[in-house]
Amino acid sequence: MSQREGFVGTLGPRIEGTPLLEVEDLYVSFEGRVGLGSGLLGKKATEARAVDGVSLSLAQGEILALAGESGCGKTTLARTIMGLEKAKSGTISFEGAQLGHNLRKYRRRVQMVFQDPTAALNPRQTIYESVAEGLRIHGISRSKDGVSEEQLVARALSRAGMRPPERFFLNYPHELSGGQRQRVVIAGALVLDPEVIVADEPVSNLDASVRGEILRLLLQLRDDLGIAMLVVTHDLGLAWTIADRVAVMYLGRIVEVGPAEEVLQRPLHPYTKALLDVVPEAGGVDRPFLTGEPPDPTRIPGGCRFHPRCPAVASGAAAAAGVEDRCRGQDLGLLELRPNHYAACHLAALETREGNGQARALSTPETSTS
Amino acid sequence: MSILSVRDLHVDYRTQAGPIPAVRGVSFDIEKGEVLGLAGESGCGKSTIASAILRLLPPGTEVTGQVLLNGEDVLRMKPGRLRAVRWTGASIVFQGAMHALNPVQRVGDQIAEAIIIHGQGGEREARVRVGALLEQVGLPPRRIDDYPHELSGGQKQRVMIAMALACSPSLVIADEPTTALDVMVQAQVLKLLNDLQHELGLAMLFITHDLSVLVEVSDRLAIMYAGRIVEDGPAQDVFEDPAHPYSRALAGAFPAIGDQQYRMAPAGLGGDPPYPTDIPSGCSFHPRCPLAFEDCLTIDPELYVAGSGRRAACLLVNRPLPVEAGA
Repeated sequence: MSQREGFVGTLGPRIEGTPLLEVEDLYVSFEGRVGLGSGLLGKKATEARAVDGVSLSLAQGEILALAGESGCGKTTLARTIMGLEKAKSGTISFEGAQLGHNLRKYRRRVQMVFQDPTAALNPRQTIYESVAEGLRIHGISRSKDGVSEEQLVARALSRAGMRPPERFFLNYPHELSGGQRQRVVIAGALVLDPEVIVADEPVSNLDASVRGEILRLLLQLRDDLGIAMLVVTHDLGLAWTIADRVAVMYLGRIVEVGPAEEVLQRPLHPYTKALLDVVPEAGGVDRPFLTGEPPDPTRIPGGCRFHPRCPAVASGAAAAAGVEDRCRGQDLGLLELRPNHYAACHLAALETREGNGQARALSTPETSTS
Repeated sequence: MSILSVRDLHVDYRTQAGPIPAVRGVSFDIEKGEVLGLAGESGCGKSTIASAILRLLPPGTEVTGQVLLNGEDVLRMKPGRLRAVRWTGASIVFQGAMHALNPVQRVGDQIAEAIIIHGQGGEREARVRVGALLEQVGLPPRRIDDYPHELSGGQKQRVMIAMALACSPSLVIADEPTTALDVMVQAQVLKLLNDLQHELGLAMLFITHDLSVLVEVSDRLAIMYAGRIVEDGPAQDVFEDPAHPYSRALAGAFPAIGDQQYRMAPAGLGGDPPYPTDIPSGCSFHPRCPLAFEDCLTIDPELYVAGSGRRAACLLVNRPLPVEAGA
């Protein structure tokens, strides 16, 4: 991209081996509307850069949590991966092959689980019909080993924890509890034997005591069937309970990514630290939190996109370390500051470099200029 | 005298299919300057309690028991007295600030309406008071002439809080005030509520399903299950060392980051909360309880003493585990 002059770092780390799913240099934007009058006067539509340069890889059987505030672009990223939004530029590859126009085969192997199971299920369809719908769309009446549709539906429901499955075939969604409905939605994804499940806030609409069971189900599907998952969530506690890696998004970019233990227990980016600070816990409400305007993807600040809200800039810590000019002026990509732990922060880069002699990525900049 | 004293409250919703018992005998007190956190899942009756306190339930709903607000029973008030007490004695911050405001009326006028109706000032005085209220909740007073759509979600919730404080009530009921908000905004709103509560010495009933939020803002916690309180006590103690198996499961749903026991091991309960018309026999929690034994099927436990200032409705609190559970 043209504006990436002097851009250091990467938009997302590569993982070892061939990733199952790979997103490279992805940009997605939405255009606002311009009235006829102002259009004639030369006014341009405001462009919301929802995903503003993201690279991401998902290994087989891996659970990656994508965290951030609402409006950070995490849901748009997930929807674009599913082919539900059109990317402005960038590529998505599955098993090394770039996605073209024919998404049918891909859609069978990458399935999505939405946030609200009540909205995701057709209220006039029986559970059996809802789960079998995917099979019919993909023209599968029998699997390779001659298993009937009914057996496939039963197997999917049973894998999703609806046992005995036959008991639920003729139920309608309103006859089930919230947790059971989410299990049906998951069964609808499982029936096609996917390799990847993209789950957008899979438990945030569920009751607290039921959430754990659904998360346990997701973990079990990964362990038993080797399904990789991209879990979009605002809840870092959820990431702690199920994710192998955590990626934190801010205003359309991944600003920190690494192993869950690393990112959640030894965060490098001030934004990740701020997100962790606002996780409620016993001990009172006197926690620091970010002030300032909520992020607006139509107006992405120059330099580090977090600098107007950054506590390190506000407190003068960045100035004291001599990086404030860079925070305000230089857009920064992800740097590998600790093994497999990447962050896009001038101050963290300086501090870890001082800490360990040198940061690895700074000495070997793998800038992906295109 | 307590600000609010609820005694043996029962609420039955009337439906064509018969009565639905949503609240089945709940008692609690809130003292001046105290925050009581009421936790539980959807359908456990916690929001019904909020509405019952100000008699906001649909007509025909059967409410029995006592709701003493500053010593006066709300359930037996005449309509005129009830109107006067609503908002001046106790007010509610509803969940979903997005939908609680009138979209075609300026926010300042909506707040002023409460002040004028309760005879606490004319239009001019009300406007001055609204400006001061907006400042108190951290909004610039120039926002007084904004319409709701010009405000963000957090700002709308601040307007709702200003509205709840408009007539200086002694009790504020906050029903899921932060549920629809983003994490960062949630932290800001919680801090605001906490600051105001201290500053004004308010008594507060704080209702949410999010136990980790409750433990931050509350002095005492009450955990509800299937229309009853199953555990109560000092907030910190209940959260850190729950006595009831249900409280334990609820606390586990909000794991502390860094706590190794939850890493790759989400805590949860099998099954679902019971439907109010289909409450299990004995202890209503027994079908989902990992510790249930024979007596739990038949004995409906009351709240037993479970430590200093603490109570829990569990047979295991009342007596030690039977040596031979199967015998």
